[in-house]
Amino acid sequence: MTREPSVHGAAERRQQGEKAAPSAMTRVADWIDFRLKFRESFLPSIVHPIPRNTASWWYVFGSATLVCLILQLATGICLALVYVPAADQAWQSLEYLNYQQPLGWFLRGMHYWGSNFMVALMTVHLVQVFMFGAYKYPRELTWLVGCVLFLCTLGMAFTGQVMRFDQDAYWGLGIGASMAARFPLIGQQLVQLILGGPIIAGETLSRFFALHVFVIPGVLLGLVGLHLLLVIKVGINEWPMPGRLVTRERYVEEYHQLVERDGEPFVPQGITRDVVFGGLVILAIAACAAFIGPKGPSGIPDPTLIETNPRPDFWFLPLFSALALLPPYLETPLILTAPLVLMALAFLLPFYSGTGEKSWKRRPGAWVLVIMVFLILGVLGWLGTTSPWSPDMSAWSGAPVPVRYVKASTPLELQGALVLQAKQCRNCHSLGGEGGERGPALDGVATRLTRDQLIRQVIQGGGNMPAYGKNLSPAEVTALVAFLTTLHPGEEPAARDAQVPAVPDETATRAGPRGDAG
Amino acid sequence: MERTTSGAAPGSTRRSFLLKIGIAINVVAAALVTVPIVGYVAAALRKRSYQAWVRLGPLEQFPVGQTRLATYENPFIVPWDGETGKVACWVRRTAASQLQVFAVNCAHLGCPVRWFPESRLFMCPCHGGVYYEDGSRASGPPPRGLFEYEHEIRGDELWVRGGQIPTLANPV
Repeated sequence: MTREPSVHGAAERRQQGEKAAPSAMTRVADWIDFRLKFRESFLPSIVHPIPRNTASWWYVFGSATLVCLILQLATGICLALVYVPAADQAWQSLEYLNYQQPLGWFLRGMHYWGSNFMVALMTVHLVQVFMFGAYKYPRELTWLVGCVLFLCTLGMAFTGQVMRFDQDAYWGLGIGASMAARFPLIGQQLVQLILGGPIIAGETLSRFFALHVFVIPGVLLGLVGLHLLLVIKVGINEWPMPGRLVTRERYVEEYHQLVERDGEPFVPQGITRDVVFGGLVILAIAACAAFIGPKGPSGIPDPTLIETNPRPDFWFLPLFSALALLPPYLETPLILTAPLVLMALAFLLPFYSGTGEKSWKRRPGAWVLVIMVFLILGVLGWLGTTSPWSPDMSAWSGAPVPVRYVKASTPLELQGALVLQAKQCRNCHSLGGEGGERGPALDGVATRLTRDQLIRQVIQGGGNMPAYGKNLSPAEVTALVAFLTTLHPGEEPAARDAQVPAVPDETATRAGPRGDAG
Repeated sequence: MERTTSGAAPGSTRRSFLLKIGIAINVVAAALVTVPIVGYVAAALRKRSYQAWVRLGPLEQFPVGQTRLATYENPFIVPWDGETGKVACWVRRTAASQLQVFAVNCAHLGCPVRWFPESRLFMCPCHGGVYYEDGSRASGPPPRGLFEYEHEIRGDELWVRGGQIPTLANPV
């Protein structure tokens, strides 16, 4: 774009010989532009032609993520006006924001929901880019920068969760430190570097505040600029056509031909859907903030208050679940290597799959991968919300034995039902659908285990059950097992040892009203 | 650009010499500034181990045959630590002079374990680790038993050696 360096050049051209003097606005704009050279430097990028077939709702997620980022910056700066990043006052300042600072609750809500939307939209953007083959030649660098942006955003999500300095944040940091401690040789140094000291305390919060507010946002903004520059310089990925293969020799030329033949300017035509969707995203975030509100803070981050049930934010639930479900011998190796391997696979994707078919219609492997990853994340995330591996800490006192299980019981069996409650068996075993899910439900336990097997299991434990031999008196074990042997529903017969005669003499005297072996 | 240095081959001009000096000065300056910055950020590493004896309380707070929660203030704190400067631990007294002091942190990933006196078990709310009353692992993902503090009876008071978060890399 060439223009004479005249102050009134643009205005003159626009008015094409009209005699009316340029408006004040135009003159101010021209005055600025003569110095800033905006039209010269940026206008070509703004109106640069893009393939018409990218005008699709599938192409709005990147810009929507950027909208979230801008919103996060705005709300984050507002929160920083009030929030105190000191361990002894952070929690109080969050409460102040919630209940005393006018509209503090709303801005906290916007920031919280903005972060959720940002991670979600970024993930959709990533999947879209992957399925559309947009990472292939010549957009490898765009993909690489995008991968780092993904990590930065997750880093913001984790450090942001620490800013909500409550019990979840405190014990979440503990989990992070414990994972870092598993690194051989440098484990302890890593822990101290992360915590900024020997324990999770004042210096830890300050450290994470600096990361959340200065370091990661700085990197994020710089890389977003680079990401956008690359999109403009290399051109947005065209709508992939099945069978139109990417080759290093011809792709760039073909792309330019496509843009020339069937292109339209990015602004205003190309950006239409982005504008609409971005606006809807802001409205959705504001609606969530207004109607659902901010998250937490939960209890005060006092490590001596141990009646707590720490859970990470939504995005880290799959990781939380994986750490509960991995066999112990795999845990440390996977904590140390899995992130590196996964990152290497993702970062290097355009280097081992940089050319060829782009269309999702001819890449079944891409479908399998995406579906698998989301199935895994979905199942782990869902398990994380219910966490069946955790004992239900209050079931022993809060979930009584269903009355139908103790109707017409002998005194010994009633005593056994009491032992079952009092010894916290219910924290891991459910009855009538209530109680922990760590161990199997006991409703039909007598159909699976004989009396002798029950005694052995109670005393010696095994299969993830602690041994209760030292913690129960012989009388308590006898009573407990007497109750457990009655737990076989209606018509189902109780389990019995095949080597023992069906009705031996002693069970005839011990059997309760429903306790016979059928 | 308009001005050209006369009488000298490119690469050996005064200006290129000055540029080399400038680069050298900046390399030295960068090194000099980097050292204190790295030292500052890694200040927490200078001390390899944070350990000190702290008073946990009079022995009569811990009746024989019971396991009770005790708290102390971490010996290494900054004034703005607030509540986070406090540390909790489980004290189990089996005989007049026989005690065990366990860190409250699960050996798996550090969550706070709770004591259930009826079943004589410690249970962790995060990933389901369970420990027996003597701190040994009973079930779940923990790779070892509870971390145990070194302790001492001084007069009629219980003292423990603490100061840092117990992890697999550095048990208390």
